Amino acid sequence: MPWHSCAILQPLDDPWPPASAVLFHRQPILTESDVVLGRQAVGRAMAEVGAREVRRIRLVTAVSEIFRNALRYGGGGEAVIFLDRVTKAVLVECRDNGPGIEDTALAMRDGYTSGKGLGMGLGGAQRLTDAFELHSRPNEGTRVRMMSRA
Amino acid sequence: MAHSAGLFLVDRIMLVTIHEDINDSDIVELQDQLAVKVHAKGARGIVIDISALDIVDTFVGRIIAQLAGIGSILDAPTFVVGMRPAVAMTLVELGMTLPDVRTARSLGHALAQLRDSPTIG
Ligand SMILES: Nc1ncnc2c1ncn2[C@@H]1O[C@H](COP(=O)(O)OP(=O)(O)OP(=O)(O)O)[C@@H](O)[C@H]1O
Ligand SMILES: [Mg+2]
Repeated sequence: MPWHSCAILQPLDDPWPPASAVLFHRQPILTESDVVLGRQAVGRAMAEVGAREVRRIRLVTAVSEIFRNALRYGGGGEAVIFLDRVTKAVLVECRDNGPGIEDTALAMRDGYTSGKGLGMGLGGAQRLTDAFELHSRPNEGTRVRMMSRA
Repeated sequence: MAHSAGLFLVDRIMLVTIHEDINDSDIVELQDQLAVKVHAKGARGIVIDISALDIVDTFVGRIIAQLAGIGSILDAPTFVVGMRPAVAMTLVELGMTLPDVRTARSLGHALAQLRDSPTIG
């Protein structure tokens, strides 16, 4: 779908997923337990490419923010986790078919929340990853792609 | 609240354990129970044990901040124990600050500080 609004802070290389990446896990994000399962899978993927604890925790924290957003604002979605043994990286896509984000640049700003959150999730997730792209289209949904190297 | 959190009174200190699957609906109950117990039992402090958590995101960070807020209103200093260095570093980069919260290396350290402090108890 043509995206209405996007905030690309550290762009990903084309194509998605990279040619050398393999599918590691698909996780529906429909409940709070799914958020936990999804981030545990991301932790395992990081271990698989040999990431040290601090690298693993950074990506797991980032995806936790994004998965919670998909659940809370997007009405649920799906996460797809890839790992790339060539570049020693983990790539995560999370998408939902929720209301979308009208102004992604505003949503990325620290402190901006439309709910009762802290408004730190998107900005924090971007700081904790090596590549981060947020795409959204009002009334159709939101897609976040992230990449972290081991 | 089930098994997603626990509240125990140890030596007039409220020990709160938070588990990985804590969710939005648990928080309200946890806050309520904490406030009631701290007040009723005259607790001298609150110790939040997060050693069961792999990570701390803004959701759990907010829970910790809210519990500490209750502690400061009720004059019960709040300590967090069980935060690994990598988790603490990540929390900083996430942009979270926990102003009312002190961290201690272990439960023993937190209890010792609460006991020794002349302003506490
Ligand atoms: N998947 C999504 N669908 C629709 N809107 C979203 C989605 N993700 C984020 N948003 C919007 O972007 C805003 C900012 O998100 P962000 O994660 O930074 O903060 P928050 O979720 O409000 O609070 P925090 O994550 O700090 O608890 C949200 O308040 C919401 O309005
Ligand atoms: Mg959020």
